Amino acid sequence: MVEFVDITLLVLLGITAFSIIRQKNLFAAVMMMGIYSLLSAGLFVVMDAVDVAFTEAAVGAGISTILMLGTLALVGHSEHQPQHRPILPLFVVILTGAVLVYGTLDIPPFGDASNPAHHHVAPHYLEESEHEIGIPNVVTSVLASYRGYDTMGEATVIFAALVGVLLLLSLGPRPRRVFLNGRWITVAASEKDASEEGVENAQEDSVQASHEEEYLGDANG
Amino acid sequence: MDDRVILRVGAKILIPFILLFALYVQFHGDYGPGGGFQAGVIFAAGFVLYALIYGLGNVKKVLPPQAVYICSALGVLLYAGVGYVTMALGGEFLDYGVLAHDAEHGQHRGILLVELGVLITVFGVMVAVFYAFAGRRRVDT
Repeated sequence: MVEFVDITLLVLLGITAFSIIRQKNLFAAVMMMGIYSLLSAGLFVVMDAVDVAFTEAAVGAGISTILMLGTLALVGHSEHQPQHRPILPLFVVILTGAVLVYGTLDIPPFGDASNPAHHHVAPHYLEESEHEIGIPNVVTSVLASYRGYDTMGEATVIFAALVGVLLLLSLGPRPRRVFLNGRWITVAASEKDASEEGVENAQEDSVQASHEEEYLGDANG
Repeated sequence: MDDRVILRVGAKILIPFILLFALYVQFHGDYGPGGGFQAGVIFAAGFVLYALIYGLGNVKKVLPPQAVYICSALGVLLYAGVGYVTMALGGEFLDYGVLAHDAEHGQHRGILLVELGVLITVFGVMVAVFYAFAGRRRVDT
């Protein structure tokens, strides 16, 4: 029964991945990527990694699909015809895939009790978590207590990612301050000329910017 | 916006349950799957849904960008702050045992606080990234 579920999920994953590659409509491709994430979440459930499956379903199928759609609203829905021949990229991808498959030949069998991963600190966590931490979900006690440093690092990485996104996307060119007719005036950065016309245009720009917030609703309509 | 009655009513019904489910995932993380990260994403998803149906301007009235930025930093501060409090109480950094009269209660309290920190940061970051993406205008080529 488990084999049947595994094979079904993996075949569906393969079909989905292939159709994402073939798909020229980016909107459909984004939707297929959401399905891909959901199928991966299903695979994690089969492997008893429910916490990972939960995260994959929420982030992969939920938030990242939304962000991709937000990006599509900016860049358009259809893929441009590639200018180059696909031979070299195909060769690189096949080579990388072959190396990765070769790498899996060495790893110990999945779920084997004699795997090195089950003989380092894992037995201590599983046996002592109930007395030392006292909560039933060992995943949470490892995540938040035994490996508390790592989780703090993750939270910091997420915060750093936001700082990066804001630096790249949100902050436009800074407005300039110019000295005009005896007083300081703020001019939008796009205005090269600090004449009175320029100042008027800058004011129009700021009016437009306040309408900008309604953009999302328009894009959906 | 006016003709999508089903979406608007459906979202209005769903959003409170999404937020409540996020809190369930947060506080049930000690007993079942879930925790701060998943809860933060689900909590953010509630606001993203609101933005998709009612527009970005309306959700920014409920949740101003400044508040979201503060959230994303506050969570990390709370997490690290728990570490410094445990140091001040005589333990090691992030050694929750010293937070209560016995070690097990201290662990409970510490895990609750750091998971709350993760929730606040993840929620803030997800909503802020969504604002950053959705607030841009289309560049016509």
